Amino acid sequence: MAKIKKGTSQARNEFIWGWAFILPTMIGLIVLNIIPIFQTIYQSFFKTGDFGSGNIFVGFANYIKMFNDGEVWQAVINTFKYAIVEVPFSIAIALVLAVLLNRKMKFRAAYRTIFFLPMVAAPAAIAMVWRWLFNSEFGLLNHVFGTKINWISDPKIAIFAIAVIGVWSIIGYNMVLFLAGLQEIPGDYYEAASIDGASGVRQFFNITMPLLSPTIFFVTITRVIGGLQVFDLIYMVMDRNNPALGKAQSLVYLFYQNSFVENNKGYGSTIVVLLLAIIMVITVFQMYAQKKWVYYN
Amino acid sequence: MEAKAKFNQALIHIILILVSITMLVPFLWMVLTAFKSMTEATSVNPFVIFPSVWRTESFTTVIKNMDFPVLYLNTLLLIAGRVIAAVLTATLAGYAFARLNFRGKNFMFSLVLFQMMVPGQIFIIPQYLMVSKMGMLNTIFALVFPGLVTAFGTFLLRQAYMGLPKDLEEAARLDGCNIGQTFLFIMAPLTRSSMVALGIFTAVFAYKDLMWPLICNKDVMPLSAALAKMQGQYASNYPQLMAASLLACIPMIVLYLIFQKQFIEGIATSGGKL
Repeated sequence: MAKIKKGTSQARNEFIWGWAFILPTMIGLIVLNIIPIFQTIYQSFFKTGDFGSGNIFVGFANYIKMFNDGEVWQAVINTFKYAIVEVPFSIAIALVLAVLLNRKMKFRAAYRTIFFLPMVAAPAAIAMVWRWLFNSEFGLLNHVFGTKINWISDPKIAIFAIAVIGVWSIIGYNMVLFLAGLQEIPGDYYEAASIDGASGVRQFFNITMPLLSPTIFFVTITRVIGGLQVFDLIYMVMDRNNPALGKAQSLVYLFYQNSFVENNKGYGSTIVVLLLAIIMVITVFQMYAQKKWVYYN
Repeated sequence: MEAKAKFNQALIHIILILVSITMLVPFLWMVLTAFKSMTEATSVNPFVIFPSVWRTESFTTVIKNMDFPVLYLNTLLLIAGRVIAAVLTATLAGYAFARLNFRGKNFMFSLVLFQMMVPGQIFIIPQYLMVSKMGMLNTIFALVFPGLVTAFGTFLLRQAYMGLPKDLEEAARLDGCNIGQTFLFIMAPLTRSSMVALGIFTAVFAYKDLMWPLICNKDVMPLSAALAKMQGQYASNYPQLMAASLLACIPMIVLYLIFQKQFIEGIATSGGKL
């Protein structure tokens, strides 16, 4: 009897302490994040007046407008173009660098420090210096390559130029994640392969790739989600009067413009709901596709 | 064989050095341009690499015009507010989710996971309207507001507590500690490295945040938003733009160079533990 009583008071105790401990976080999360998700979806059915007070229910009008809005679809294409460059290149380069650095060697720490450096710089500053490098008249790049390319004002290449900045910024981050994953692979595998005479390249494809595939999968998922949310670089690199803006603005950029510059928060919400849908579909697809290429032991 | 190994070793270093140069050139160009005169910066024929005289006018001008001391202070307060709030709330919640059993825990934890899967922009309009209704736009509080709690940090700290041995708590309880004391004196100190990791992670991303400061604060700006505003005003004064960028980057880069290991582990490895 005494034992049961002690048990229940312990349970009561854990209940009270448990809730006390999670309460600040849960109140914050519910107020700041969970409720806003539904508010944003709700808002997407309204047309917002200039001062937020003139909320008029318009049903699916925002969605119909969006599906007929060429600017939005162009932004979807721009966003995908950005992600299709940023994600594979940043992952492939980071993977090669991680494999090269995953050994005892001179200056290993120095290389790692340098590659990771862009992660601790403000994107606003990074974008400004790259914009300066890309400058068509006085920029370092055109001078070094002897070209006269309008990197960021030519509608055909602007989004790719911005993706190059994205790749440059994120390589170090991906590389450190891969290095952490590589540490988990036992060295004996490589020793055995060397004794069998497998070359470095074969070892990479037959040992490193499969055993690192969970990490590669994780990095891919997070990078795709991050890439589809690109905003800072585009906001900083593209002026409002840049002729290439239409071919470079991303979905999040359009969301920002509509919600906070043109003050139509209803339409802004509709755009962000579209982004949510796109990210969800792609993530679910990747989760499904992983069964074909990710090895868990 | 020996020669081949040496050749490979040299080749690897050449590749790594080339990548290093690519990573460093933008920063070097930022520094060189910041010390040039406008004429030198925009001289094409001859193309000027090093400034003839290392001028500091651009720095003094932007420090005065943009009021850099205030920008540093605002950024510091933004970072401090978010780091303290995030580490405190996440440590408490992480412990409860990892080590206590109580009704409603699983549902609440599923909300934490749900938050992490949703793109952050979906929260922004309602958060802005909340701050606006409170009449708190253009305050430090507004800058800190979206970072008061952290789902990611809660998850990270939960993982840290899950990795600790069970008998520690048993021993503490036998010694007469209640749950609060066990947490505060025994368990929390053991997750210090995870708290540091979360703190650095929070600090760097608060520092890099651009969209939220642009939206909520037109006057009380952190460095990121001030750079964006400045670019609109001095669009073609490259030495001044680079001087401001450099001033904005320097504090974080210096901290990074001092605490490299903690930074890299804090930002990347905690990101990888999801």
